[in-house]
Amino acid sequence: MFDLWFWIVAVMLTAYVVLDGYDLGAGALHLAVARTDAERRTVLAAVGPFWDANEVWLLAAGGALFVAFPRVLASGLSGFYLAIFLVLWCLILRAVAIEFRSHLSEGLWRGFWDAGFAAASALLPVLFGAALGNVIRGVPLDADGWFELPLFTTFLPADPPGILDGYTVLAGAFALTALLAHGAAFLAWRTQGEVQARSRALAGRLLVALAALWPMTTIATHAVNPDLLPALPGRPLAWLGLALAAGGLAAAILAVRRGRDLGAFAGSCAFLAGMLVATAACLHPVLLRSIADPARSITAATGGGDARGLATALGWWAVGFPIAVGYFVTLFRLHRGKAVAARDGEGY
Amino acid sequence: MDPTFWHRLQFAFTITYHYLFPQLTMGLALLIVVMKTLGLRPGGAAWNEAARFWIRIFGINFAMGVVTGIPMEFQFGTNWAEFARRTGNVIGHTLAMEGLFAFFLESSFLAVLVWGERRVGRVGHWLAALALFAGSWLSGYFIVATNAFMQRPAGHAMGPDGVLRLVDFWAFLFNPWALAQYAHTMMGSVVTASFVVAAVGAFYALRGVHRDHARRFVTVGVAAGLLSSMAVAFPTGDHQAKLVARHQPVALAAMEGRFESGPYAQITIIGQPNVAERRIDNPLQVPGVLSFLAFGAFHTNVPGLNEYPEHLWPDNVELLYYAFHIMVGLGTLFIALMGLAAVFHARGALLGNRAMLWALMLAFPFPYIANTAGWMTAELGRQPWLVYGLIRTRDGASPLVHPGSALFTLIGFAGIYLVLGALFLFLVLREIAHGPAPHGAHAAGEAARV
Repeated sequence: MFDLWFWIVAVMLTAYVVLDGYDLGAGALHLAVARTDAERRTVLAAVGPFWDANEVWLLAAGGALFVAFPRVLASGLSGFYLAIFLVLWCLILRAVAIEFRSHLSEGLWRGFWDAGFAAASALLPVLFGAALGNVIRGVPLDADGWFELPLFTTFLPADPPGILDGYTVLAGAFALTALLAHGAAFLAWRTQGEVQARSRALAGRLLVALAALWPMTTIATHAVNPDLLPALPGRPLAWLGLALAAGGLAAAILAVRRGRDLGAFAGSCAFLAGMLVATAACLHPVLLRSIADPARSITAATGGGDARGLATALGWWAVGFPIAVGYFVTLFRLHRGKAVAARDGEGY
Repeated sequence: MDPTFWHRLQFAFTITYHYLFPQLTMGLALLIVVMKTLGLRPGGAAWNEAARFWIRIFGINFAMGVVTGIPMEFQFGTNWAEFARRTGNVIGHTLAMEGLFAFFLESSFLAVLVWGERRVGRVGHWLAALALFAGSWLSGYFIVATNAFMQRPAGHAMGPDGVLRLVDFWAFLFNPWALAQYAHTMMGSVVTASFVVAAVGAFYALRGVHRDHARRFVTVGVAAGLLSSMAVAFPTGDHQAKLVARHQPVALAAMEGRFESGPYAQITIIGQPNVAERRIDNPLQVPGVLSFLAFGAFHTNVPGLNEYPEHLWPDNVELLYYAFHIMVGLGTLFIALMGLAAVFHARGALLGNRAMLWALMLAFPFPYIANTAGWMTAELGRQPWLVYGLIRTRDGASPLVHPGSALFTLIGFAGIYLVLGALFLFLVLREIAHGPAPHGAHAAGEAARV
């Protein structure tokens, strides 16, 4: 039961990264790929109908974590206290920027929100990547399962760990590159004309940069958590994830060169999903790794969940999850085809 | 100072601010469904235009509700980690279900409702309104059910380590307290939306603009306002009060500022609680009524605060007393105002009566105050418990997050929410000033032709 919920949480977080990832990436890039107001509105028309629903995956995954592993949620959110509030404030700024921008046609008003949308969209992937970096590296859990970390360090490898330290910022940069590429591939697929051409060119370069950063991040990961890579041989799911990620990235790079935009976006989706599945498979069953004493690590079985309650939860989850997927199918069908900037005042 | 003080203040501030927006959107979603339904009839184009105006207001409020709501979920973990750890097995269910069943529904169809009328057609747009109504009312239920567990735990068992487990899912989900509190809360939300719709209608009527829409808004607002104002008092408020009397007698005593126990308990209409002297100063009281309202008989004994040791008292008796009395007092005035307006309207005299229109226009802030005071009554009355009778508030905070960090983020929220509030008012007042005519930032030329 606990293992099943480990994977439910992992799948929901993966869905979050793959789905919200493209609108985060598109937001972070939109100042570069869309220069005029009409072009900006095209980008917003491409992500506008989806971003809110995509973001709900984060809340839904958080809810699943709460019910399945309350100790992990309690320890993690309180331990990363200030970083969590940075995330929350970025989420607020981003949502307000998207929703308020279109209300006035005044150039200063729109310019302000465009900058806010871009800044929040760029900072969030860095913070999410750093969060994953913290989970991979581990945290200094005490005997009761709590921890606290400084928000930042001097970023040197010799420092004691921090929420933002040399390794986690590298993880953040890797995540940012991945989501920028993802967003560019999405825009290349969903838009036309200048925006599409610029997105396509950027997607090509970003995907190559991602391929270059990957080995570097892997080496750094091995340095901070030497248990992770040696665990690989016995975990077929991790192999599958890595193969999916490598295949997806290669396919995306090739597809961009041939102008096959949907293929590039699908490859990018495969890369993100593969990376997260491989990471989860390597960490399993550990949810929150203890740096000093491995016995203090919080695992799926010690995450504070209650097997009987989780059997009940599986009942409503099995009803709700297909419904949620159904909404997404409806949403994508309603908004299929290339995004076109609505007449001003009739859309984002 | 109490080390949980800043954690409590941050949660109180962010939740109070947050609930300014859902209390309008939940009620307004219902009224939009009503307008869209009237708009489905042949010749209903004007109702559709009315709905379109309220959807624009709804969209701005909904965005504010979303952005101020996300931090609420996270604060269970960031600031109240010990509470989250000990109750996640129970309240994690409703919070996770809210995401899965309500948020996906709302977020998937919000863009369709706000921007997609042309794309999905009349019936599709009506369905989108229905989806937003269902999603927001479901969301409300899951949150109220979570709060109801904290008010009166049900369906749980407590382990020797102090961790709660869920043993009866249905007893937890359909906690009688949740059903009562939900009905009361949702009626309160409809009151807010009705007063806002009526106030905008009255504003247009007084200015002599958008006359047809003014009539529509006033009609919908007064009809829904009268029905919901009555329902919020009876049966829902009455039922809620009886539950408090039965399950939280010490909270009831504090709400009424009642120190001495005894039969034929008096209800205090007005007066100032003097906790140090344990009495009400300058009271205006009616004997027997509290006994009757709480237990259905005038002679029933209603215990006072003196009956309980002080460590079981709600820790802010004065504020609790005023919150409760403000809610009840305003609720009574709402029935009177809407009843009077309905009588005038039934005679066709409301839109010509400037005094009544002024009253309707100026009344809209008061349901916000009443709803806020109502939640303060519920939450202050729950003290000193986080989960009633099981976990004390002071034991629920995050053990390693020190007050300085909590104050830092509280100041951050205060600043952000101040700016957001100013932007919100600017955008909403702009929409109201523009009115229900066809609209768009670039459609100004179009509007001038109309």
